[in-house]
Amino acid sequence: MTTTIRLQREMFDAAAEAALVTRSRTDIGAVVTFTGVCRADENGEAIAALNLEHYPGMAEAEIARHVDAAYTRWPLLGVTVIHRYGRIVPGEPIVLVVAASSHRQAAFTAAEFLMDYLKTRAPFWKQVEKPTGAAWVETKAADDSAAERWTTPPPSREAAK
Amino acid sequence: MKLRYFAWVRERIGLAEEDIEPPAGIATVGELVAWLAQRGDGYAYAFENPKVVRAAIDKSHVKPDARIEGAGEIAFFPPMTGG
Repeated sequence: MTTTIRLQREMFDAAAEAALVTRSRTDIGAVVTFTGVCRADENGEAIAALNLEHYPGMAEAEIARHVDAAYTRWPLLGVTVIHRYGRIVPGEPIVLVVAASSHRQAAFTAAEFLMDYLKTRAPFWKQVEKPTGAAWVETKAADDSAAERWTTPPPSREAAK
Repeated sequence: MKLRYFAWVRERIGLAEEDIEPPAGIATVGELVAWLAQRGDGYAYAFENPKVVRAAIDKSHVKPDARIEGAGEIAFFPPMTGG
């Protein structure tokens, strides 16, 4: 298993990160790559940039806890999570999740699980720069309900076969 | 113990972190919040709706009934908006 967890100010290259997960191995049959990108609007208002604050130390620990949970729940062969912080302008990537497995179902599901948890449990806070000033982004109820669905016990792997 | 504040909690209090010694009798995170809220206008504003503010002890999420004894670092922050 190849696990990469990184917080960084700099841009990342999603394709290069996905290629690293499969490098020099032939047991991976599915790689799902999700990239979250900064939009130029927030609730219909134009924004110049996002400023992402995070809690150093806890952010890495919290992501690692959920990556471990994903490995427990699905037969994953590699996971990469990269989350940026600092100032991010529209069009730039914010977050990357790569999930690799022998088959697609585990990779798709684990990537979604990790993203849902990153949105609601990882200690990051977005502030948007609007013409009217800076404003903290409010939590979306849809993100909470997306994360909630993973709290029901997962179907056993035997039953899924 | 060290307290750390993030996002609008930090802005309202006007500090990113501070060392405090809560009085005897403050046993839980919820009690600590109630005590902090009466330390000044910024604190009162930050904790005006205590249900909204989240807490972590030593970098793990905790609920208001968590005991603070032995905690090295307690953080307070708004609901998270990463991803």
